[in-house]
Amino acid sequence: MNRMSWFNAVSLTLGFAFLYIPMVILVIFSFNESKLVTVWAGFSTKWYGELLQNEAFLNAAWVTIKVAVFSSTMATVLGTIAAYVLVRGGRFMGRTLFSGMIYAPLVMPEVITGLSLLLLFIGIGLDRGVFTIVLAHTTFAMCYVSVVVSSRLVTFDRSLEEAALDLGCSPAEAFRLVTLPIIAPAVISGWLLAFTLSLDDLVIASFTSGPSATTLPIKIFSAVRLGVSPEINALSTIMISIVTVGVITASLVTKHQVARQKREEQAAERA
Amino acid sequence: MTASEFEPWNDPEAKPLIHFQNVTKRYGEFTAIDNLTIDIYEREFYALLGPSGCGKTTLMRMLAGFETPTEGKIFLAGQDIAPVPPNKRAVNMMFQSYALFPHLSVWENIAFGLKREKMPKHDIDDRVEAMLKLTRLEKFARRKPHQISGGQRQRVALARSLAKHPKLLLLDEPLGALDKKLRQDTQFELMDIQEKTGTTFVIVTHDQEEAMTVASRVAVMDHGKIIQVATPDRIYENPNSVYVADFIGDVNLIEGTATPNGSDAYAMSWHEGHPPLTVKSPNAFSDGQKCHLAIRPEKVAISSEQPAEADNAVQGRILDIAYLGNISTYHVELPTGAVIKAQTANTRRIARRAFTWEDTVWLSWTATAGVLLAD
Repeated sequence: MNRMSWFNAVSLTLGFAFLYIPMVILVIFSFNESKLVTVWAGFSTKWYGELLQNEAFLNAAWVTIKVAVFSSTMATVLGTIAAYVLVRGGRFMGRTLFSGMIYAPLVMPEVITGLSLLLLFIGIGLDRGVFTIVLAHTTFAMCYVSVVVSSRLVTFDRSLEEAALDLGCSPAEAFRLVTLPIIAPAVISGWLLAFTLSLDDLVIASFTSGPSATTLPIKIFSAVRLGVSPEINALSTIMISIVTVGVITASLVTKHQVARQKREEQAAERA
Repeated sequence: MTASEFEPWNDPEAKPLIHFQNVTKRYGEFTAIDNLTIDIYEREFYALLGPSGCGKTTLMRMLAGFETPTEGKIFLAGQDIAPVPPNKRAVNMMFQSYALFPHLSVWENIAFGLKREKMPKHDIDDRVEAMLKLTRLEKFARRKPHQISGGQRQRVALARSLAKHPKLLLLDEPLGALDKKLRQDTQFELMDIQEKTGTTFVIVTHDQEEAMTVASRVAVMDHGKIIQVATPDRIYENPNSVYVADFIGDVNLIEGTATPNGSDAYAMSWHEGHPPLTVKSPNAFSDGQKCHLAIRPEKVAISSEQPAEADNAVQGRILDIAYLGNISTYHVELPTGAVIKAQTANTRRIARRAFTWEDTVWLSWTATAGVLLAD
């Protein structure tokens, strides 16, 4: 193994320091005894205890999770259908226009998306609450799902679907029994992406939420405006650890699967 | 001709299983299939042979139902199949990429089509077992497609497409992904399975050796048209055009003009100052008509002395020798500048070879050795 040159070592250290020092500081101060965020007064887990007593935060967390689950599920269904039609639908009128339009929300400033949705909800007289946030998140997460799924569909061997038709499937059966199981990993990562986007969205949610429903990012943001409390540090630390565990598990599972598949292929070639 | 020979195409009473009636397929400006009419009979092993882009795959995809003809009709067992979708046709296809379902085991892949038919469970079990046995895959039933070798995958694809007892099995370059040795073994296996199951096979291939080996009849295609349909030996020995003669195997083509000389015999003048060649041909040529003599290299004899009683003999100089182990091909340059290939079996060891480079030799062939073809 080559030793790392000093230049590479320095670049690596600086880069990762830039990325992670803010988070490390946040985690450290979540264990601070003092109520003042910037003054260290010894180790304590009392803020975690207080967090569990804070009903407003717990409610907001529950709303956030509900919104994320519903909106990412709806976005996954709609996004997958859209991707399938755009990749497989053949050359119908305006296909190029449609594929361009599905990407547009990706580059649209969130403020504009949020504002336009707000105007729509007011226009049709929809009371703002959990339901409107779900709709709004579905709208913008759907195009992310569609991008992820269509990139998988482009490399999908079409003869697999033809084989399914040839063996007696109706087109719907071919999709359910062959296409969907094979593109499932892409659909799942689309869902995860939509879920994450919904979890940490502040801008669109603040346009479309009502007094009855507040998501966690909105709650944190408004709490911070009154001053950063160690409670928020504790909450953020919990979120960071959940994400970290998720990412590590996902990469371990993937690594394990890839290794197993490789072993099996080698075994098949030898046989 | 004995009665046991399988030649339904010569029987005027025989009803074809598949009948293409003036079928044309156009993609925009491009004509993939051009007013094509063919018959394929039951139990036939029919090979579609041609260069890429000749329309052979389009023809097959029309049979499977993935393409519809622009004009004309296709009949399967007397029924027009244009309105029948692929999942309702008694036709199955083995795909070039095999198209095995990666998320299903070998067993489930083979059972896939049977389950769609709502077949009772124990019938499915029996049928899959029979297919596994036919393709010698019993040991691999529980494996996934990525856990078996290329040759085994090919057999799974075959078993899956045969499981539903199709009236017609389509094979799209079925052996293209296998290496040469495995391909040759598999060709015989395919023929064996075709005979056992009695299914009609239509195979698409660009490998003429493969087509000749497996097929009962070969259809040579070019630019969306069928150039010739015949048994492998007739395609090889009696090509109907310069295209077919050139496409199938190796051939020497000599250009000249024909002069009738007795019944079915022609004197073909081919070069100023050389005696005309004697050729027998069942095809009629008028006096002075331009023609090509197509003669296979293995039908040209090579000798150091002028052969005493040859119908045709020309002298030349050995330009090149291609040594292939079992045979050698000699490239002989005639004084006219033309190069004729002569092939001989290496029945003796190479050290005892009679000729070498730059030797002057005689090439000879009989009047019936070649085929006279119109321009």
